[in-house]
Amino acid sequence: MTTAMETLENVDSAQLEGLHRALEDSAARDGLLDAAYRTLDTPIGNLLIAATDRGVVRVAFASEGHDAVLDALATRLGSRILRMTSTRGVGGELDAAARELDEYFAGRRTAFDLPLDLSLATGFRRTVLGHLREIAYGSTESYAQVAEAAGSPRAVRAVGSACATNPLPVIVPCHRVLRSDGSLGGYLGGLEAKRALLALEAAA
Amino acid sequence: MRPFESVVEEFGARVFRVCRAVVGPVDAEDAWSETFLAALGAYPRLAPGSDVSAWLVTIAHRKSIDILRAKSRAAIPIGDIPERPSAFGNPDAGRGELWGKVAALPERQRLAVAYHYLGGLPHAQTAELLGGSVESIRRAASDGVAALRNFYVPDLDRRTS
Repeated sequence: MTTAMETLENVDSAQLEGLHRALEDSAARDGLLDAAYRTLDTPIGNLLIAATDRGVVRVAFASEGHDAVLDALATRLGSRILRMTSTRGVGGELDAAARELDEYFAGRRTAFDLPLDLSLATGFRRTVLGHLREIAYGSTESYAQVAEAAGSPRAVRAVGSACATNPLPVIVPCHRVLRSDGSLGGYLGGLEAKRALLALEAAA
Repeated sequence: MRPFESVVEEFGARVFRVCRAVVGPVDAEDAWSETFLAALGAYPRLAPGSDVSAWLVTIAHRKSIDILRAKSRAAIPIGDIPERPSAFGNPDAGRGELWGKVAALPERQRLAVAYHYLGGLPHAQTAELLGGSVESIRRAASDGVAALRNFYVPDLDRRTS
């Protein structure tokens, strides 16, 4: 036997999940969301994918701490952020991003066809991201080459920090930028992840 | 301000308990949905450092009362219906009886139980929501709990149709 108060306390988690999905739909319908997110398991770890109604806005590595990343997104974009479990609306866009990333990691996709929201990068960093998107699958450039292409040949260091703060790693391929001597340079997701991405693209 | 998702994660179940005790299991989902949709819209304007749980219980109170009032307006009196046993049986009989008992509590007792014992709201804040003295709310809450104290719901696995 269960006491009345215990019964009043008892909540079915499946029911809460259903309510969460309905909230996602209503929030998207009413245009209430500043951003939405989901996660995806990949060969380089669990990735967080966040999107606004303009497009994918952030991809984050597990090593960045997804909670910290979400807190930062709330500060930058607004706190009305929900995890998407349904595949409608914004959830559908996140689903498409997850599908393309899956295909990429399986070696079946060499370019991403997704609307991107680059609002987390400003000024020169954004210019650099624009150029990074032009570096083809399987090829690499040096930080100096990217600086030159971005119109500021002496800004090699600034290119390095633009790569290090790339809000959309993997999709905007900062992993394709190496030091002039061919060594890896840095990577937000760790050098092992950078090595894995370059190996994946070399093998395809 | 932390992402709203963490608010839903932390307080979703609590708000559901509150809504269900106030409006009953049939309308609880509507009350929950309206509460969180309103909370999501207002969230950016919530003062930093606010008691998020109390804020949500307050919204749940308003939304639940709206639902109760709308239902009582829609209800058409049709006279007394004689009680008779259901021909279909009721797999959830024990629980159904409990919800009937909760619904039959005087409203002030029911709300005081919901907000304090299920919503974690201090009696003083419940008194602000419902009017009256803190002492009267404390009494209403303990009377409500006392009325439910000797009521037991059969466990699922022991239930027979």
